Amino acid sequence: MVASITTSVPRRSPDPGSVARRRRSALGLLAWLCGIVFFLPVAWMVLTSLHSEPNAATNPPSIAAPLTFQGYREFFGASTGVSPWPPLINSLSASVVSTLLVLVLAMPAAYALSIKPVRKWSDAMFFFLSTKMLPVVAGLLPIYLIAQNTGMLDNIAVLIVLYTSMNLPIAVWMMRSFLSEVPVEILEAASIDGAGLPTTLARIVAPVVAPGIAATALISFIFSWNELLFARVLTGVVSSTAPVFLTGFVTSQGLFLAKVCAAAVCVSLPVLVAGFAAQDKLVQGLSLGAVK
Amino acid sequence: MTTTPSLTRRIRAPQTAEKASPPSRRPRGAWARRAPLLPALIFMIVVTQLPFVGTVVISFMRWNALDPGDRGFAGLQNYQDSVTDPQLRSSLLTTVTLTATVVLVSLVLGLGLALLLDRRFRGRGLVRTMLITPFLIVPVASALLWKHALYNATYGLINGTLTWVWSLFGSDSAPQPDWLSSLPLMSVEASLVWQWTPFMMLILLAGLQSRPMDAVEAARVDGATTWQVFRFLTFPHLRRYLELAALLGSIYVVQNFDAVFTLTGGGLGTANLPYTVYETFYQAHDYGQASAEGVIVVLFSLVVATFALRTVSSLLREEIR
Repeated sequence: MVASITTSVPRRSPDPGSVARRRRSALGLLAWLCGIVFFLPVAWMVLTSLHSEPNAATNPPSIAAPLTFQGYREFFGASTGVSPWPPLINSLSASVVSTLLVLVLAMPAAYALSIKPVRKWSDAMFFFLSTKMLPVVAGLLPIYLIAQNTGMLDNIAVLIVLYTSMNLPIAVWMMRSFLSEVPVEILEAASIDGAGLPTTLARIVAPVVAPGIAATALISFIFSWNELLFARVLTGVVSSTAPVFLTGFVTSQGLFLAKVCAAAVCVSLPVLVAGFAAQDKLVQGLSLGAVK
Repeated sequence: MTTTPSLTRRIRAPQTAEKASPPSRRPRGAWARRAPLLPALIFMIVVTQLPFVGTVVISFMRWNALDPGDRGFAGLQNYQDSVTDPQLRSSLLTTVTLTATVVLVSLVLGLGLALLLDRRFRGRGLVRTMLITPFLIVPVASALLWKHALYNATYGLINGTLTWVWSLFGSDSAPQPDWLSSLPLMSVEASLVWQWTPFMMLILLAGLQSRPMDAVEAARVDGATTWQVFRFLTFPHLRRYLELAALLGSIYVVQNFDAVFTLTGGGLGTANLPYTVYETFYQAHDYGQASAEGVIVVLFSLVVATFALRTVSSLLREEIR
């Protein structure tokens, strides 16, 4: 924030900046142009989702075609009778439950890695990070076979466990980075004053890390909601998730573009809302808490 | 506001804490300290490391789900088949090309956009929001959007725009390339760059906004040009953020499955390692071969991960100094 204000303060130089001003507005214009270029595919997706199937698939594109909600009606099963709610609810429960599990496991771990650090705490940190670098496909087959033999195939619980393992390393790194913000001196003072662990956690640690918990939860939710590979291999009819459901809208015959765009908008909506509402949390989360 | 991307701050703390506890009581104290860490650690070992042991075991077996009767010890046969398989070798190359291109291009674009956004102009908040949007579209949805609404040869937006532009000049013979079959890998890369540029931009923008502005001001007063300020002040400060963004971006892009699966179905030389393993397992049902491929992918990742972790620990050491 500081940066943006100071850079735009006009320089008091002998040549009072008409050139500088023109350059500045040109760069502002360029920024707008880039924003529009990046946003264009999304805008096109929304516009197409509001067109009728024949109007969605024209060349050149029919931008001014009349708007209709037919695509959305199709998404909600108007002609096939297939409701999108079971996969959406599966996605929601897998994402929410795994996010809660991630928080429950990550917070004590981060505590043990920062406030009362165990010996060789950095080894543990690197172990967590290294699991993110190993390809998930390498463990996929045994997990599939175990799920098959225990009758857990097509069960949302398997996804919850896997999504938890997928996001736990990120969460440990993030939570540790936030817990490190808690000043040691205050913790020491609290313990000298006889404050017990619960009091210290509630009164001193919690207020500092609350934004960190929110950022962790947001990232964990988004990655779980987006996941496709595990969901595709390990779920079937009952526990299929929204991304898997989405791929089913592409048909080999007939027009489907408006329908697919409507479905894409609906499935992306929770992530879009969460991400827009918490833009600053998004940055913290994406950088594993390194950027605050 | 003068935050730096310290992945692990307060290095001092462990030492002071260590000294505080008397050595005689260390064993019990150590376990009490370790206790909160254990659930997460055990969970990660059970869910991510044990399956890999299974993968190693299966990789030495002759096991195809389509022929369940013929199951047994195969020795190194699966590895021999994998290493001599030209498809696996080409998917290794594809993975490297895909990851490097996507990470580098989106890093450069992200840097440019971050520099543009790091100045005040009208509607800056809105432009920032528009730029973030691609990252918030569910990856499968984005892949479907690019495949059917943008790249499609008959009615996609790109070819539709070409027709429209050509018709402005009175021509009805606009070029209508089939993007996904003529430039398959580049099409996949373009859609991924679109998704990952906002990610890079967000991290780099945070880096730019944490610059110590007094130094920049001082340099300006001393008559430094914009380029000199960027080259000698902004860029060195950003280096760490660039490394962090590249590292995190690579972790995610190297494992990409959604875009390859949706856009090309792994055809036309776009199959990367995750997709190839998936295909051997899910379509060919050759469990032994898929596991051997998985082990090879892990060995390859270990080499890359060692470099990546070294970067992280160098970031860590800089923080201590």
